[in-house]
Amino acid sequence: MMIQPLQVTAVEPLTSRITRFRFEHPDGDTLPLFSGGAHIVVELPDGDTLRRNAYSLISDPMDGSGYEIAVQREESGRGGSRFLHSSVKAGDTLNVGVPLNLMALNLRAKKHLLIAGGIGITPFLAQVKQLALLGLSYELHYAAPSREDAAGLALLPDDPNVHVYFSADGNRMDVPSILEQQPLGTHVYTCGPERLIAAVKDGATTLGWPASTIHSEAFTAPPPGQSFQVTLAKSGKTLVVGPHQSLLEALEAAEVDIAWSCRGGACGQCETAISSCQGKLEHNDHWLSEDERAANSKIMPCVSRFVGQDLTLDL
Amino acid sequence: MTIRFNDETFRDDYTHFNSPEAIQRFPFPFDRDDYMYSVNIESHTSGPKGTPFDVAFDVDEHYVSEMRDLAITLEQDPKRCQSLPHMELAGWDLLELIMTSKVADYPDLFELHRDGNAWRWVNKPLGIDDSFTFLDASTLPYGPMEYITRQAQGDFAVLDQRDGSLWMDAGMVTCQADWSLDFNIGMNFTEWHAPVPKAHEMRIFERALKFLMNVQQGAPSRRLNWTMTVNPRLDTSPENYHLWGPEKRTVTPENVGQKQYLRVELQTFWRLPRSNALAFPIRCYLANLQDLSSVPKWGRRLHRVIRDLPDELADYKGFTLNRPMIVEYLSQFDDGAETSLGIYPAEDQS
Ligand code: HEM
Ligand code: FES
Repeated sequence: MMIQPLQVTAVEPLTSRITRFRFEHPDGDTLPLFSGGAHIVVELPDGDTLRRNAYSLISDPMDGSGYEIAVQREESGRGGSRFLHSSVKAGDTLNVGVPLNLMALNLRAKKHLLIAGGIGITPFLAQVKQLALLGLSYELHYAAPSREDAAGLALLPDDPNVHVYFSADGNRMDVPSILEQQPLGTHVYTCGPERLIAAVKDGATTLGWPASTIHSEAFTAPPPGQSFQVTLAKSGKTLVVGPHQSLLEALEAAEVDIAWSCRGGACGQCETAISSCQGKLEHNDHWLSEDERAANSKIMPCVSRFVGQDLTLDL
Repeated sequence: MTIRFNDETFRDDYTHFNSPEAIQRFPFPFDRDDYMYSVNIESHTSGPKGTPFDVAFDVDEHYVSEMRDLAITLEQDPKRCQSLPHMELAGWDLLELIMTSKVADYPDLFELHRDGNAWRWVNKPLGIDDSFTFLDASTLPYGPMEYITRQAQGDFAVLDQRDGSLWMDAGMVTCQADWSLDFNIGMNFTEWHAPVPKAHEMRIFERALKFLMNVQQGAPSRRLNWTMTVNPRLDTSPENYHLWGPEKRTVTPENVGQKQYLRVELQTFWRLPRSNALAFPIRCYLANLQDLSSVPKWGRRLHRVIRDLPDELADYKGFTLNRPMIVEYLSQFDDGAETSLGIYPAEDQS
């Protein structure tokens, strides 16, 4: 993964919990353009801990003058969002990777239906810009607890295709009826809480939409969990993964070389073979098949964890 | 650096030739004395100076004549260039990538002047000077992919990435080793690789696909592939098999050194920015056995590789018929000495 130092040029609160960060090249060079739905990995040096977190790009994909992300402060998360909110200021320099897209628009679709819940609006902010540029037909439905919590509101175009729902106003998004009104050949993309993703998937499946037309943001932030120990078969090393650390981060801290790119369980790069396992693997990825999980033979260290007596990796 | 462009043909009278410099920089594909399929992928950001590995899109002495041959092939069969409607953005990405790369690698041959979306492109070897509006196809004589690949050596497949695979949804394919764009258009990675022997059981395609789907912008990769062709013919397509297939029977022990060509494909992989598509240029290099064996290491090694190649591979590559003659010819260059590692001509220790 190519990483370059970029300067933080703006830090702007969008709501009480969500802040927008803008990154620019220190010499004003143009940054690589991207496609709607792409994310970047940002390195967060927090004391002794180096986290690398992935965030969806919200800025215009055709604008190489800077990259923008919107980050929601997660009190119970692993600390990356708290660090960004409390320690990162305009003028700071952070290392940022090249854009990578694991939720690209399917450009063969007759129409694009985007469904966002809460902070899940982020990838769609860039996608609506791309859709507008390409002149493609779309509809965006965005649900948030209240107007004050809807970070995306100010960043969305004033467009009849954009529909917003605030539960504080008693206005709820009716997923089945939205789906029912779509023409044949529509693709649906969902980003937000698991139950929203499940509701869209169930609704579309019930209506007979082909599975290949139903998309959701696959990558997840690595969840915190209990501390656990890992043994490395080849080097003989033993390491401890802290409660707020991912297995991948623990391997990196121990200077074990391991490929990665999304750090969110979606790209397959970090796939690692297991030599022995006594206990329970917590597979949090979207990459391994059910069979591979059942066999206890592989783990995706960027997001997955372990509880039990012994986990030995083929490293 | 100035390049002297050959005036040559790749059909009928076959006047194609390689200068001594072209032979020295030929991308010889064998880094050891035997060959089997593998996930032979490496980074395409640098290589020894003067080799095809040191530039993004190699321009060599065959450039002008190859572009003329492409135009003839395309004129006779317009289906060699196809782009499904959703691939136009990827075509613009490819146009930008090729233009900016050519200007960076060959500033004396190509110029690109950009003022916002108003672009002017100057291609001196082909005598082109066009102004157009980026992202507005009506300002170019062809679609963006066709426009730029008429000015770039080799074939181009442009792959859409979706549903966990790559899809051959656009391409310019005029110098292929016996496969057809018109047949493969719209197929996915597993489907178009179906005819390849052995590699599926070796799980090569599974691993290659995972790698390709993760290729990132600014970090291109490459691999070499090879086959055998009789006569220096670029268009060895299934559509025209009736033209080149029978030529296999014209090889004799006397002419095999001149008529039998090693055909090497330098394949590169590029992530495109706006479309998230993958560009897959396949650049074809041809050299006959006689020229190749002027490099002692290559003569020795080629003999061993062709002699020991598994039959399935020789069958798939279509040279089973002439293989005994090829091995017999090459044996004169193999003194049994050890060969050095790697693909470059450097003398072997003896
Ligand atoms: C997206 C990029 C690629 C495209 C568009 C592509 C396309 C093709 C096509 C059209 C063929 C001919 C199949 C036929 O007989 O009809 C082929 C053959 C083959 N491909 Fe690929 N390929 C790609 C990437 C790769 C990669 C990364 C690998 C492996 C590491 C690979 C390995 C092979 C092999 C071993 C053959 C057989 C070649 C021979 O023996 O001459 N391909 N490919
Ligand atoms: S880094 Fe992408 S799945 Fe782990």
